[in-house]
Amino acid sequence: MNSNETPIIEVVDLVRRFGDRTVLDDISFNVHRGETLVIMGGSGCGKSTLLRHMIGSMKPTSGSVKIFGEDIAAMNEREIGRVRQRFGMLFQSGALLASLTVGENVALPIFQHTDKSPDEIEAIVKQKLEMVGLSGFEDLKPDEISGGMKKRVGLARALALNPELLFSDEPTSGLDPIMTAVVDQLTIKLAHGSHMTAVIVSHDMTSAFRIATRMIMLGHGSIVAEGTPEEIRASANPEVHQFINGEADGPIPLNLSQDKHEDHQCVKPRPFAGARHRFFRKTS
Amino acid sequence: MVFIGVRAAPMVALTAFSVGVTLAMQAAHSLEQLGAEMYIPDLVMVTLLREMGPVLIAVIVIGRSGSAVAAELGTMKVSEEIEALEVMAINPIQYLVVPRFLAMLVMLPALTIFGNYIGVLGGWAVCTLALDFNTAGYILRALESADTWDLYSGMIKSAVFAWIVITVACNAGLNVEGGAEGVGQATTASVVQALLAMLVMNAVLTGIFFFAA
Repeated sequence: MNSNETPIIEVVDLVRRFGDRTVLDDISFNVHRGETLVIMGGSGCGKSTLLRHMIGSMKPTSGSVKIFGEDIAAMNEREIGRVRQRFGMLFQSGALLASLTVGENVALPIFQHTDKSPDEIEAIVKQKLEMVGLSGFEDLKPDEISGGMKKRVGLARALALNPELLFSDEPTSGLDPIMTAVVDQLTIKLAHGSHMTAVIVSHDMTSAFRIATRMIMLGHGSIVAEGTPEEIRASANPEVHQFINGEADGPIPLNLSQDKHEDHQCVKPRPFAGARHRFFRKTS
Repeated sequence: MVFIGVRAAPMVALTAFSVGVTLAMQAAHSLEQLGAEMYIPDLVMVTLLREMGPVLIAVIVIGRSGSAVAAELGTMKVSEEIEALEVMAINPIQYLVVPRFLAMLVMLPALTIFGNYIGVLGGWAVCTLALDFNTAGYILRALESADTWDLYSGMIKSAVFAWIVITVACNAGLNVEGGAEGVGQATTASVVQALLAMLVMNAVLTGIFFFAA
C-alpha cells in the first residue's frame, strides 16, 4: 500500500465502554484506498460496535476515528451527514424502508442528495438492481421479497451514490452459495475497477478469504490478529486457527453463560439488562 | 399521510352525531324543568364548539392515528430503518416526523370542524323529530347563540391538541428499544400520555379562554 497517502479510515486507540464493561479496548488500524478489509470475530465481540463507530452513529469513550482524514467523532450532525454521503452502508437485515418499494428504496439516497431528474434516477436504479441480480423487482414491497433479496437491495441502495467507501455488516449471511459468489465478485469488481474501499464484517470464511485484501480478527474487544489472507491462514495463533477452521474446541471461550460474558468483556451492549433483572425479581 | 384525516372521517361523524344527539336530549331534560327548551340549540352549539368537539375528536385521533404513528416509527426504529436513514445522511426528523406533524396539524382541526357540523346535525335531529322545533328555528337559535370566538377557541384547542398528540406519538415511536415488546409498550404509552396531556391542556385552555380574560 502507498503509505504516503492519507488513509481512508484511521482508527487510533479506540476505546468504548458501556458502563464498566469495555467492549472495544484500544483498537488501532488504518484502511487505505482500494483495500478490502474484513473484520472477523466471534458473535458479540465488538465487531458491530466497531462498525457503528466508523459510521459515526456511536461516539468513542476515548481515541479517534478518522474517515477521509476527518475525525468523525468530533463532528456535528451536518458534518457527519456530508461525510456519510461519500460512503454506503449495508445493514445486516438490509434495513429497507418497508413503506417504499424496492425501486424507491434504491432511489432514495439519489433523490435526496442529487438533482438528477426522475428519468435519470430510474435508469440508475435499474442499473444498480441489475448489478445485484434483481432486475424487474422495482415495484415490489420489501415484505414481498426474501431476506436474501432484501439484503441485495440493501447493497444496491448502499451503492446508489457510487460511494468511495462501503461498509457491510454480514453481507453474505442468508444468501445461497451462488448469490454469495455474485455479491463477492461485485465487491471485488468495484474494489478493482472503481478503487472502492470496503470494510466488511463477516462470519463467512469462504467469502472472507475470497474478497479480503487484509483481515483483522477481533477478540475480547481487541485485535487478535491482522494481516493478508495468506498471513491469517498461516497464522500460528491458535485462536485464529480455531476461528477460520470453525472448530468447536480451542482457546476461544464459548461464552455460554452470562458470567463468562462479564469475565471476558466480550458482549454486545445490553441496555435492558437491568430492566430484565427487575422483571424477573418481580415475577419470581 | 393525509389519511390521518380522511379515513377517520366516518368514525368522527358517528361519534359527533351521537354526542350531538346526547347533548340535545340531556339539555332537553334539564332545560324542560326550567321551561327553557328554546335554549337547547344554544347549549348544543356552544358545548360542541368549545369543548366536546375538540376533545372528543382529539380522543379519536389519539386512539387511531397517534397510536399508529407511534407503532410505525417504533417498528422502523427496531428494524434499523431509522439508523439506515441516518447513515444515508437523511435526517429522520425531516423525512419522517415533519410530514406527520404537518398532516396532524392540518387534519385534526379539519376533523374538528367536520365533527362540529355533524354534532349540530345530531342536535337538530333530536330537536325536530322529538321536540317541537322546526328546522329554521333550530338553525336560527344555534347561529344566534354562538359567536365566532366560540369557534376560534375550539380551533385553537384543536391545534394545540394536534401538537400534543403528534409530539407524544413521534417521541414514543422514536425512543423505542427492545424489539416488538418495546413497540407495544411505546404505542400504549403514546395513547395514555397523549390522552392525559390533552385533557389537562383542555382544562388549562378553558381556564385561560373563558375565565382569565
